Amino acid sequence: MRVELLVNGQERVVEMPPMVRLLDVLRGQLGLIGAKEGCGEGECGTCTVMLDGEPVNACLVAIGQCNGREIITVEGLAEGEHLTPLQQCMADHGGAQCGICTPGMLIAAEALLRRERSPSDEQIRAAVAGNICRCTGYQRIVISIQEAAAARREQSEGPR
Amino acid sequence: MSETAAPNDPGGGRASAPAVGRHGDMLRRVGGGVRYTDDIHLPGMLHAKIVRCPHPHARIVSIDASEALAMEGVHGVVTGKDMPIKFGIIPWTPDEYPLALEIARFVGDGVAAVAATDERTALDASRKIKIEYEILPYVTDPHEALARPEIGLGKRGDSNLSKHVALEFGDVDRAFQESDVISEADYFFEGSAHAPIETHCAIGHYDNEGLVTLWSATQVPHYVHRELSRVLQLSPARIRVIQPPVGAGFGGKSEPFDLEFCVVKLSMITGRPVKILYSREEEFYAHRGRHPMHMHFKVGAKRDGTLMAVDAKTLIDGGAYSSFGLVTTYYSGQLLTLPAFPSNYRFDSTRVFTNKPPCGPKRGHGSVQPRFAYEVALDKIAVEIDMDPVLLRRKNAVEPNSTTLNGMRVTSNGFAECLDAVVEASEWDDRRGKLPYGRGLGVAASSYISGTNYPIYPNEMPQSAVQLKVDRSGRVTIFSGQSEIGQGCDQLLRVIVADELGLDYSSVRVVSGDTDLTPVDLGAYSSRGTFMNGNAALMAAREVKAKLREVVAEKLSCPIKKITVSRGALCHIDDPSRSVDVTSAIQLAEAKFGTLGSVGYYKTPTLGGDYRGGTIGASPAYSFTAHVAEVDVDTETGEVRIVKIWIAHDCGKAICPVIVEGQMEGSAYMGAAEAVLEEHVCRADGMHVGPSLLDYRIPTSLDVPDLEALIIESNDPEGPLGAKEAGEGPLHPSIPAIANAIYDAVGVRMDHLPFTPAKVLRALRAKAAAAGSEDAAE
Repeated sequence: MRVELLVNGQERVVEMPPMVRLLDVLRGQLGLIGAKEGCGEGECGTCTVMLDGEPVNACLVAIGQCNGREIITVEGLAEGEHLTPLQQCMADHGGAQCGICTPGMLIAAEALLRRERSPSDEQIRAAVAGNICRCTGYQRIVISIQEAAAARREQSEGPR
Repeated sequence: MSETAAPNDPGGGRASAPAVGRHGDMLRRVGGGVRYTDDIHLPGMLHAKIVRCPHPHARIVSIDASEALAMEGVHGVVTGKDMPIKFGIIPWTPDEYPLALEIARFVGDGVAAVAATDERTALDASRKIKIEYEILPYVTDPHEALARPEIGLGKRGDSNLSKHVALEFGDVDRAFQESDVISEADYFFEGSAHAPIETHCAIGHYDNEGLVTLWSATQVPHYVHRELSRVLQLSPARIRVIQPPVGAGFGGKSEPFDLEFCVVKLSMITGRPVKILYSREEEFYAHRGRHPMHMHFKVGAKRDGTLMAVDAKTLIDGGAYSSFGLVTTYYSGQLLTLPAFPSNYRFDSTRVFTNKPPCGPKRGHGSVQPRFAYEVALDKIAVEIDMDPVLLRRKNAVEPNSTTLNGMRVTSNGFAECLDAVVEASEWDDRRGKLPYGRGLGVAASSYISGTNYPIYPNEMPQSAVQLKVDRSGRVTIFSGQSEIGQGCDQLLRVIVADELGLDYSSVRVVSGDTDLTPVDLGAYSSRGTFMNGNAALMAAREVKAKLREVVAEKLSCPIKKITVSRGALCHIDDPSRSVDVTSAIQLAEAKFGTLGSVGYYKTPTLGGDYRGGTIGASPAYSFTAHVAEVDVDTETGEVRIVKIWIAHDCGKAICPVIVEGQMEGSAYMGAAEAVLEEHVCRADGMHVGPSLLDYRIPTSLDVPDLEALIIESNDPEGPLGAKEAGEGPLHPSIPAIANAIYDAVGVRMDHLPFTPAKVLRALRAKAAAAGSEDAAE
């Protein structure tokens, strides 16, 4: 099956059996290794990518479902070599330890921040509830996302 | 160390407050650019799958792989007969084959492995391998393992015994006679799993020069290197083990595993690189998680709060293989004697084999379970003698610069300050015992090793080493054998070396975990990294620093002692305007001394008690921890909500505070999860109840308490810049603090883990029934 995708802003075409997992296409043919395989059954969330703006587990999405759709992976978040405010906050506040959940966590948080300018702690915790972190206890992830939201607000409002 | 940092330097020039995370590896980790083992793709690489035994105990009668080998895309099959040499992390107890040779010992034991062009084909082929089994009698309960020696899982086949340790210090029986109160009870700790989000992964490559390269998600590249050499009968000089960044370990990757041998052997057979990535299900079979322990604890005390004696009898469920079990069995008793302990102690620990996934070291190896029992017992005694449990611990605290009753040398000890910190932060004095019914506070404390004093295989060589390459461009590269598993050891080295030499953190690079490129370090286990690897780095950096100071002193025509290192430059201590920037100093030194580099290493001092087993538990330094937990118990449903945990931890010196706090919070949350959610259980027939992240319930962001990390710095005399461990110690008190908080909240004792709603409700009903019958009697 011929599948046309918009991946991180670039048009890509892959020829694949329709039931191949989106995760395998991303990590294989497209060489985007940011999304990881942690369980292969939609429980850990480390393979989270954005599909038309919504976070999904790439291990549970068949490539046949993706024709004509937009996908953003963690590689698509940074602007060139510059980190986004969210990535910078994760680095500053210890939101990542081993880093294996981070790509999925960043996507889930990004999806939240795109629709909520000032999310509450509860909203943040709910938004990343599908992304298991085994290292941090989540506190520093929540703080990082809060700080990132503040930085984004500041950015959009400009200097006062 | 300098106080004259450049104004824009985020580190502020102080070792204790660098802004970690702004530099180096952390940036790659948040950017999604880290290449873990599974992210490595080699040309022509095959993928392999391991066929696992579906029976708890079975003799392998025959294996027929012909159908699998005839499949298109299948390149090779290996079985136990291809690697018939036993291995094991402890040199005295090798009892595993890379693949079962004649007998498979648990559901999930590896029996054969097949390599094919892709993972799907390998999986299909694995199902075509015909294995005939003769099912053998099996045992899955540790008490039954004692009662049925004829199952013969032990070394000589006449018992199921893995290890027995019995030690006594002081006069226990007499001390109990002199006790006013005695707490005696049975405690049960269900096992738990590490569940790192990166499952085990390995790639083997046997090249055309006959050299083997193994990439593996391991915490112990050096031990893997040794065992690969032994089992595959290749010279270690022909093997290179590379440990890419690891997606967390928690102890679950600290010994060799079947996949590491299989990928190398399959690569030797097929001539192509071979990868295996464990499925999540396989991760649960590989296990090495926390041992289930049945603990009978008797603790005696005087009415004035003087602790008199502890008598502990523990039955340890080891699962199918030895793993670290010899050490686990000792640790279950040896690591209990700090921070507050009586001077009479007896323990008797027995580890038995059962036909279940093998248990091993999980964060707080062997000591989290008895810590739960002991700290709950202390709480019971405090209630009995009507004493604040914080005071009870203070009264019996082991002093700094002392020796424990089992012969462990204690140097720095910030235990009292840990108690102060949690008492103040939690408003303990105002709130304990005074919260509304259903809400409660509990305290518990612990101590942990900063590395084992003796290596796993006896030798006189350093436990840890680093090499520095100092480049005339002003860049320093640290070559370290330590294993970065997310705990931040690379960052620690970067900070130590950068601060010592006055470099910006971004000018220091770390190359770690590669047996060809880096000197030997024994690995990321037993909380040894900061202390041992940090000391090695400090030694290496100071050697270079001495040379830099010498040449700068010559340049400035002043005595060497007048030269100090500040961020970016070496300067005259009385007149900082007279200075030489670090890069120029390096060039001067290279001109004077030749190519610059240095080696640093760490060797442990001679420590430990003078008796058999007296060296197990000996460590060059001990960390100390105290927790207060606050819980909210729903008396209708029995659900325990952990509201908050205050964590005070004496890490000696927090070289990277953000990382230390992250370790403290991560430990405390992991303990809390074991208290209320996690249980790693197999059914009586040996089947795992749910080898998936749906069934094995680890917390999401919605299931965790607030965590407040309170760093205590006691400045250890032998630690690098005064530092001790922070990665494992802070887990221990979580569980008993929660149990004790439940008692404060609703007046029931939870002696069996985990504290599920059903168990809490049962305890509440039993308490109500007992109260009812008392009422009736009156």
